[in-house]
Amino acid sequence: MKTADVIVCDPKPLRLWQRFYLIEVLKGLGVTLRHFLGNLFGRKYTVTVEWPEVKREYSDRLRGRHVLLTREDGSPRCVACYMCETACPADCIHIEAEEDPNSTVEWEKRPKVFNIDLLRCVFCGLCVDACPKEAIIMTRHHEMAFAGRQEAVATIDTLLQKGPIDAIDLGYRPYYGRESRPIPLPIPVRTEPLPKAPRPELAANP
Amino acid sequence: MSLSQERRDALRRDFPPSRGVEEIPSQDIPTFKVEREVLPELARRLKDDPQFDFKMLSDVCGVDWPEREARFDVVYHLYSLTHNHRLRLKVPVRQDDAVVPSLFGVWKAADWFEREVFDMFGVRFSGHPNLKRILCHPSFQGHALRKDYDPGQRWLLREGEQDEPAWAREVQEDEDHFETQVLNLGPSHPATHGTLRTVVRLDGEVITRAECEIGYLHRCFEKMSEQHTWNQIIPYTDRLNYCSAMMNGVGYVLAVEKLLGVEAPPRAQVIRVILSELSRIMDHIVCIGANLNDVGAMTPFLYVYQAREEIYSLLEACAGGRLTISYVRVGGLANDVPAGFEDAVRYLLRRIPPLVDDMERLITENRIFRQRTEGIGVMSAEDAVDWGWTGPCLRACGVPYDVRKVAPYLGYETYDFKVPVATTGDTYARYLVRVEEIRQSLKIVEQALKRLAPGAIITDNHHVALPPKDKVYTEMEALIWHFKLIMEGIKVPKGEVYGYTEGANGELGFYAISDGGGSPYRLHCRPPCFAVFQAYPHMLPGHMIADSIAILGSLNIIAGELDR
Repeated sequence: MKTADVIVCDPKPLRLWQRFYLIEVLKGLGVTLRHFLGNLFGRKYTVTVEWPEVKREYSDRLRGRHVLLTREDGSPRCVACYMCETACPADCIHIEAEEDPNSTVEWEKRPKVFNIDLLRCVFCGLCVDACPKEAIIMTRHHEMAFAGRQEAVATIDTLLQKGPIDAIDLGYRPYYGRESRPIPLPIPVRTEPLPKAPRPELAANP
Repeated sequence: MSLSQERRDALRRDFPPSRGVEEIPSQDIPTFKVEREVLPELARRLKDDPQFDFKMLSDVCGVDWPEREARFDVVYHLYSLTHNHRLRLKVPVRQDDAVVPSLFGVWKAADWFEREVFDMFGVRFSGHPNLKRILCHPSFQGHALRKDYDPGQRWLLREGEQDEPAWAREVQEDEDHFETQVLNLGPSHPATHGTLRTVVRLDGEVITRAECEIGYLHRCFEKMSEQHTWNQIIPYTDRLNYCSAMMNGVGYVLAVEKLLGVEAPPRAQVIRVILSELSRIMDHIVCIGANLNDVGAMTPFLYVYQAREEIYSLLEACAGGRLTISYVRVGGLANDVPAGFEDAVRYLLRRIPPLVDDMERLITENRIFRQRTEGIGVMSAEDAVDWGWTGPCLRACGVPYDVRKVAPYLGYETYDFKVPVATTGDTYARYLVRVEEIRQSLKIVEQALKRLAPGAIITDNHHVALPPKDKVYTEMEALIWHFKLIMEGIKVPKGEVYGYTEGANGELGFYAISDGGGSPYRLHCRPPCFAVFQAYPHMLPGHMIADSIAILGSLNIIAGELDR
C-alpha cells in the first residue's frame, strides 16, 4: 500500500491547559449544556420518542406482518404454488392445496391451509419476492404479542385481506414502476392518540 | 493478488511432489495439497522465508468429503502483508486417523481456528495446547459440520457440565495465606456486550490468568447454509455482525458473484458502497459508544446513537428492515432505492459530523479517558499479525492493512480515502482509529453519492437474478425463470472461492465451495472478531478488572459473528 493512503492518528500529548482538570470540565459542561438547551428550546424533533404514547412513522417498505390479497370476488389470489414455502429460509410457511371449484384457465388450485408461524418468521421478505401472483405481501403492522405459541401461527382466516386494499397499512410489496414515498428524514413521529384497544388483526373492515 | 509464478516454482523446487506437496488447479488463490508430515516444516518456511513472508494465517477450516478415502480436508488460507499475496493449503486426512500437526507454534492465530475445526469435524491437532470444543457445549455429541450429522438431533446440555479450565480449579495460596480468587466475567454481564464468558484468576484486583469461553450464540450458520439455496442464506448473513448487517451481505454475495463470474450493475455497486460505509459508521458508533459507556462516559454514547438511529431509518426505507435488512441479492440488490434517497444521504452527511465532533470534544482530549485507556491492552504489530488480527484493531497497532486498499472490490480503488493508522496499539489508539474511520467513510459516501446514476439495480442474467415482477405476471418465459430460480436456486458452477471484504471489524472472509447445485457444498465464514478475540485472554494478565472491560469494549466483539 502506498504511504500516501495512510493517515497517522497517534495520540497527541496533552497541552498545558488540558492538564488542568477544571478547564476541561467546564468545556465539557459547555457541550452538554448546549445540547440540553437546544433540546429544551430550539429543537424541532428528538430522535427518541415517548413510545408507546408517541409512535414513529416507518417507511412504506417496512416488513411487518403478512397479508394475503384477494381477487375482486373475495377469493384468495393465492394459487397454492408453494413458491413462498420453498423460498422461505426459516421454513415458517405451511400450505396445503385443494382444487378450486371456480378454477379457470388461469388457475386450478387454491390454498386449503395457509399457515405462517410468526415466531419462526424472520421477516426477510423473500416470500413476497417469490410470489408470482402478488398474493402475499407485507404490512407495516409489526407490534405483535402472543399469549402462546399456537396463537402465533397465523392461519388463512387471519391472513386474508379484509375490506378494500386501501384499508391495509401496506408495507413491503413488489416494486415495479411504482413511485415510492420519499424517505422521511428526520424521522417523523405520529402523535395522534392511539385507538383505545389496538387489535392484532389487520385492516379492520368498517 | 496471488503468488507469483517464480515463487511458486521455488516452492515446488524445495517441496517436490515426492515430499507430498503438490499444486492443484484453483480459480482464485494458488492452492497446494500438502501431506500432513511435511506441513510444520512447510508452514515454518512459508512464514520465515522473506520471498513468501506469509506472516498472517487468515483462516483455517475443514471440509468433509464423505465419499473420498481421505475424508477431511483442513484448509489454511495464508496472507502476506508485504507481498500482498495469498496461498491456500489443503491437508487431507483419513477419518480413522484424523490427526494434523497443530500450527499454533508457527502462527498463534491457529489457536481458536483449529479448535473450531476439531469441534465441527473431529479432526485432532497434535501439539495444540488447549484442544477442546469451542463453539459447541462440552456435552454436545458428534461433529456438526460432518455431512452425515443430522441437524435435527437434539442434545440435553447440562449446566453442571459447563466447561471449567483445569487451572481454575486449583487453589493458589502464598506463604502468607493470601489466596488468589477465580472469577467469572460474564456470560451475561452488561459489559460483555453479548454472552461471552471469561474466567480470570485474580491476585488482589490484578488478573494473572484468563481464559474465554464462547459459543453461547452458536447456531451453526455454516450447517444451515448447506441446506438453503444461495439466495436464502442472505437473511442469515445479516445475523452475523448484526451491527453492520449490510456489509456481511455484500461480502457474501461478492464471494458468490466471484464463483458465478457475474458482476452487479454500476448503480447497485454504488448503492452497496454507500450503505456499506454508512453501516461501517454505525458499527464504529456502537463500538465507541458502548466502550465509552463501559468506562463511565454515558453522554457521548447518546449523542452518536442519534446518528445510528437515522442511518437505520435510511436502511429501513431502502430495504424494509432496520437491523436485519436482507437488502443485497446475488447479482445486485433486492429493490431500487426509494425516491429521496440522495437527499436523505446528504442529510446524514450533514448530520453525522457535528455529533462525532461533540463526542470528540468530550472525550478525545479528556484526561480521565486517556488515563483509563492509554497503555491499556497494548498489542505489538508483530503479535497482532500473528494472532490474525485485521481491521481497526490491527491498524491501531500500526499495520496499514485494509482490504479496500490492497484488494479493492466494488470500485474502492477509485475512491479517495485514507487508511487511519496509529502506532501505540492500545485501547486509546483503537478509539482514535475508529473515529478517523468514521470521517473517512463519510468521505467515501460523499464521493459515491456523486456517482449515483440511474440504471439497473440487478443483473439481467436470469440464471442468477429473478426477472422483473411485471414480466413475471405477464410473460411465460419470465415466469419459468422465476419458478426455476426459486425452486432450484441459483446453479453456481463447480468450484471454490475465498471472497474477502473489509468488514467493520476487519477481514470478513467467505470460503464457498459449490458442487454445481443450488446450495453451497460448504460455506465457511471467517469472522474478523473471532481472530481478534482469541488474543483477548492473553492481553489480560497484568491488567485490572476494570481495564479488562475497557479492552473488551475496544475490540468490538459481536457475538453473532463470533459464535456464528
